Parts: sequence; C-alpha cells; structure tokens
Amino acid sequence: MSEEFKVEIVNPEKSFLVKDDVSEVVVPAFEGEMGILKDHISIISFLKPGIIKILSKSGDENYYVEDGIVEFKNNNLSILTSTIFNLADMDKSKQQDLLKQAEEEANKTDINDQSKYLADQKVEVLKTLN
Amino acid sequence: MASLDDLKKRIASVKSTQKITKAMKMVAAAKLRRAQESAEKGRPYSEKMNNIILNLSNGISDKENAPKLLSGTGQEKTYLCVVMTSDRGLCGGFNSNIIKKAKSYFAKILDEGKELKIITVGSKGNDQLKRVYGDKIIENISFKESKNANYFDADKVGKMVIEKFEAGEFDVCTIFYNQFKNVITQIPQAQQIIPLNNEGEENSSEESYEFEPDEDEILSNLLPKNISTQIFKAMLENSASEQGSRMSAMDNATRNAGEMVDKLTIEYNRSRQAAITKELIEIISGAESL
Repeated sequence: MSEEFKVEIVNPEKSFLVKDDVSEVVVPAFEGEMGILKDHISIISFLKPGIIKILSKSGDENYYVEDGIVEFKNNNLSILTSTIFNLADMDKSKQQDLLKQAEEEANKTDINDQSKYLADQKVEVLKTLN
Repeated sequence: MASLDDLKKRIASVKSTQKITKAMKMVAAAKLRRAQESAEKGRPYSEKMNNIILNLSNGISDKENAPKLLSGTGQEKTYLCVVMTSDRGLCGGFNSNIIKKAKSYFAKILDEGKELKIITVGSKGNDQLKRVYGDKIIENISFKESKNANYFDADKVGKMVIEKFEAGEFDVCTIFYNQFKNVITQIPQAQQIIPLNNEGEENSSEESYEFEPDEDEILSNLLPKNISTQIFKAMLENSASEQGSRMSAMDNATRNAGEMVDKLTIEYNRSRQAAITKELIEIISGAESL
C-alpha cells in the first residue's frame, strides 16, 4: 500500500497547488512545526508565518506562508492561505521587500501582542532565508 | 418633416454611438471571461473555509461562550449593511437591482424601529443611496484604482467591518451583491455575515477533529478571515456580474441603434424621393404653362 496522500493549497484567488503523491508535509502550525503523514488523525489547525515543506516522489517543494488554516481529513490535506510564495520563485529582491514590510510592521507600537508576535515571526523566518 | 441635412446628421450620430456601444460590448465580453474565471477559481477557497467553520461550530461544546462573530451580540438593534456596487455606469440594471434589493431591506429594518448604518462599496451605489439615506451612510469605499477584484481590497473592508463590530457599533451585518448566474441573469443577494447564519446547512459528517490549539482560539482566528473571504467572494461575483450585465446592455444598445439607423435611412430616402418628385412636378408644370 502506498504511503501517499493528497495535498491541496488554495488561496483566495485560485487553487494554488494540487498534488496527490505526497509522502509528508511539514507545516508551521501555531504551536510549533507539525509533520503530517498518511492516516494522520483528522485535525484542524492554523498557521503562523513559516515554511511549508512538501515531500513527494516527484521532488521536494518549499513554500513561504504568512498565515493560513490546515485541515486534514480522510487523507486529504487542505491548506487555506492568503499569502503564499514558492521558494523556488523567490529571488533576493522579493525577499527583501517582504522582509522590509514585516520589519515595518514589527516596529509599529500600536499593535497588540499577537500581531506583534506574528510580525516578529515573519521577520525571523525571512531572515533565515538569506 | 426634418430636412435632408438634419436626417443625415442624425444617422451619422447614431452610427457613431453604435460604434461605441459595440466596442464596449466587446471589451466587456473579454473582461467577463476573465472575471468569470477568477470567480470560479475563487470558489474552492470560500467553500473550504465554510466547511471548516461548519465543522468547527458543530464541534464547539460551549455555545454560550462562542465567539460573538459566530453567535451574535445577543441583541438585534443596529444593522450594518454593506452595499457593493460598481464604480462605473453603463451596465444596465446591475446597480439598480442591488439598490432596489437593499432599499426594500432598509425599509423593513426602519419599519421595525431599528437603527440602520450603511457602508457603500463602489461609487455608483453611493450616488444612488445618498439622496435618501445620506445620513445613514457611515463609510464610502471605492476601489477605482484596482483593476481587478483582489483580496487585499476585500481584506480592508473586512477589517473595517470587524473593527466596527468589536467597537460595538452594530449587531447584525448584511452584505448586498449580485450573484453571477449567467450573462443575462444576475441575482441580487442579501447575505448575512455577522452573526454567521448556518441554519439549513446541516452537516452530516460526524467525524471528530483534533484541534490545535483549542476550538475557541481557532474560531476566533478564523471568523475574521471568513468575513474577508465572504466579502471577497461577493466582490468576485459582483465583477463578473457587472461585466455580464454591461455586455448584454451594450448588446441591446447596439441592436437598438441598428434599428434606429434603418428607420432613419428609410425616412431619409423617402424625403429625398419626395424632393425629387416635387422638383419634377415643378419643372413639368412650368413647361406646360408655356
């Protein structure tokens, strides 16, 4: 029996990615990174800024997300996110742009703790991409 | 009867109008295809979002303490209506249909003695509503600069709505938009987004989920996103409807202009003939009298 399951990433504009030969997905869940394998229990969780790693036969892929919700059910993983970038397409300038935005946000003083935390996370993740 | 020269001018002017409406129709048709595509592509996201929320709200144990965005404030005194229209005219009954729907809803609310607040999205709706409900409009947003409906704009509106909700400015929020069915049919919709209306959508899945972190936290995170998503969906449907409506309106206009040209041409030819006949009679009777 194969150890593969289906993953679907959708953003508001379109269905971003559909893959059905995935062996493992690592998502940056809110309370820490979470690896999902086949036959995982049904779960709903949401994401913090970070990297989604998709491991499959046809090659590994990495995506940077800023937020989102994951739902895993019957070996179908759905990831809903409003901001997603394929790391393979991300060049230096794009990354710098995002980093600048995130830093500006993190330096704002009038935001609450949670958005501050999220902004800090963004900065941290983007810096590791260098 | 109008003189030959006048008729000629009118024909020319109707013809040039026809050219414009024809061009607009073709532009609308091209845009429609794109708008329709993105409306279709956007559907999975809002559907999945709805599903997850449905699963979540079924799983929530403590209904009393459920987030206010889901269960409401417990009273229904102030109504916020978000009326979404286009920024451009010449699109048939598109805007009027939304306004008509919204106005009948407003009248109902005011009849019940409740307070009404309006946010208009798109300048055409504002133009039509400010005459009657000018004092009720608290905000007017327009996305003239954005070429296509995009999520950032929707998010802006969504955040504003949530901000106002958290400040206790309203209890119930409804959005008005046109749902795209096909090119000739667009259905004006009133959709209540706060509190979330899940009635009639019984979910058969009894599978229990594991939540991380707990349901409440996920819900309170998800619900604001859902507001933006619903608004975005409405914007996509609206832009497809707008182009569809404009296309059929311009198609009609082109056809009417064609009919008018035909009619005017017949009239022109008749009066030309009449003038020739008259001249002939004058010449002949002049010759006879000699």
